[in-house]
Amino acid sequence: MQLTNRSKIVVNKQMSFIEKLYLPAIVGGLMITMRHFFRKKTTISYPEVQREYTPVYRGHHVLKRDEEGRENCTACGLCALACPAEAITMTAAERLPGEEKLYREEKYASIYEINMLRCIFCGLCEEACPKEAIFLTDKIVNADYKRDSFIYGKEKLVEPVDASKRVDISGRLKAHRKS
Amino acid sequence: METADLIFKAIFVVAVFSVSLVIAMYSTYAERKVAAFFQDRLGPNRAGPFGLLQPLADGVKMFMKEEIIPAQADKNLFILGPALAMFTACMTGVVIPWGDSLIINGKEFIMQITDVNIGILYVFGVVSIGVYGIMIGGWASNNKFSLLGALRASSQMISYELAMGMSIIALVMMSGTLSIREIVQLQPGAHWNVFVQPLGFLLFIICAFAETNRTPFDLPECETELVGGYHTEYSSMKLGFYLFAEYINMFISSAIIACLYFGGYNFPFINSLGLSHNMVSILGTVVLFGKIFFFIFFFMWIRWTIPRFRYDQLMRVGWKVLLPLAVLNIVLTAVYLLWKHDLWSTSLN
Repeated sequence: MQLTNRSKIVVNKQMSFIEKLYLPAIVGGLMITMRHFFRKKTTISYPEVQREYTPVYRGHHVLKRDEEGRENCTACGLCALACPAEAITMTAAERLPGEEKLYREEKYASIYEINMLRCIFCGLCEEACPKEAIFLTDKIVNADYKRDSFIYGKEKLVEPVDASKRVDISGRLKAHRKS
Repeated sequence: METADLIFKAIFVVAVFSVSLVIAMYSTYAERKVAAFFQDRLGPNRAGPFGLLQPLADGVKMFMKEEIIPAQADKNLFILGPALAMFTACMTGVVIPWGDSLIINGKEFIMQITDVNIGILYVFGVVSIGVYGIMIGGWASNNKFSLLGALRASSQMISYELAMGMSIIALVMMSGTLSIREIVQLQPGAHWNVFVQPLGFLLFIICAFAETNRTPFDLPECETELVGGYHTEYSSMKLGFYLFAEYINMFISSAIIACLYFGGYNFPFINSLGLSHNMVSILGTVVLFGKIFFFIFFFMWIRWTIPRFRYDQLMRVGWKVLLPLAVLNIVLTAVYLLWKHDLWSTSLN
């Protein structure tokens, strides 16, 4: 019974004299390698030349601030809940009087940690966030020697207040708002 | 021998020795670069401009590596192996005519260390000793893989040496001499032996691949089956010596192929340039090195194109294909020579 139409009949054909010489085949092979010799090389010499990333690249996370420099995050925990790798942990705290310039709402994350070794950079945290507080950027998580140093706290995640040093997430934001 | 002769020879010996070492060194670089280009990569490009200092870095690495001699190995033989491989590799360059001759102060110096009248036999003899380096190294390591690699190497070398010797006999019959210098002188301009001995050249170059343990005949060190072959147990500069010897052998083989079949330092229109004798000689040497570099490149080109033979195929090709073809070539050459010199009538009567 024929199950598929992909089956092939085996032919045990004897090689002809020319084929048995192997020399034409060898010359053919040499020509193929020679063609590759002059072909444009695909290598990108990394530190000097860097490949352009897609605008929706998912790398190192950033915790955004609003226009007035206040942290967007309210420590609701939805990102931690959405995270399939369980890489995010946080501790919530109440905003004290006089801290209105630091945090946008009454509640904020006093500790916010992402374990970069657990993170699979899927972007579900970003999707889950109701406050547009967490985004993935085109920055690469650096290599390190110790596992502990891959647990990134707020000092590495929150973007600087200084307007000129803000992290550009326009690419991700576009995709985020579309969905 | 006069003092001037002695001084010239001494300088020439040192020059040939250092040139073959430098070329072997840069062959490793060339090999990696060529391999990379064949595979659409860039190759080493970090050490110095275009990675040109890479061989030096490799050499420093080899020297700094820990030297390990296995406890069960025969220490003396273990050291003798790479030494012998290197020694024989360096010895073959002696009889190769690197150029015509230089006239200094009205005295003629030939650009060859020594013009032995059995030059080809000398090369064959020394190359055959080279197999001892591999065999002793493999045996002394006291390791199965090394021993298997050594066994393969020795049987392969013996098998192919035969076909190689036979393929050269036809050439010797045509030239009537065993001196490499005279063979080169018999190929003026573009009257290269490759045009009259194409089959012999093909057999010779195949055997040259086998003799230098290069792909498709690199079974002695085939990584997929034997870890590292005969040099599995070797480390540091002893391993370096083995690898180095292979590249020197490749260089010398290329030189011999260029001399025997491609006219050595001869090139077309050699006499119509109107240059002085010394200039022509130097130009000839440059041309010879051009030919040598082409063949080194050809060795690498083949290496990155053709897969390795299976062992039984290797033996079959050696004994059942190359050897009969070499004998056929001898017979054909003999018939041609008889016809050419019109010896039919005299010899038949």
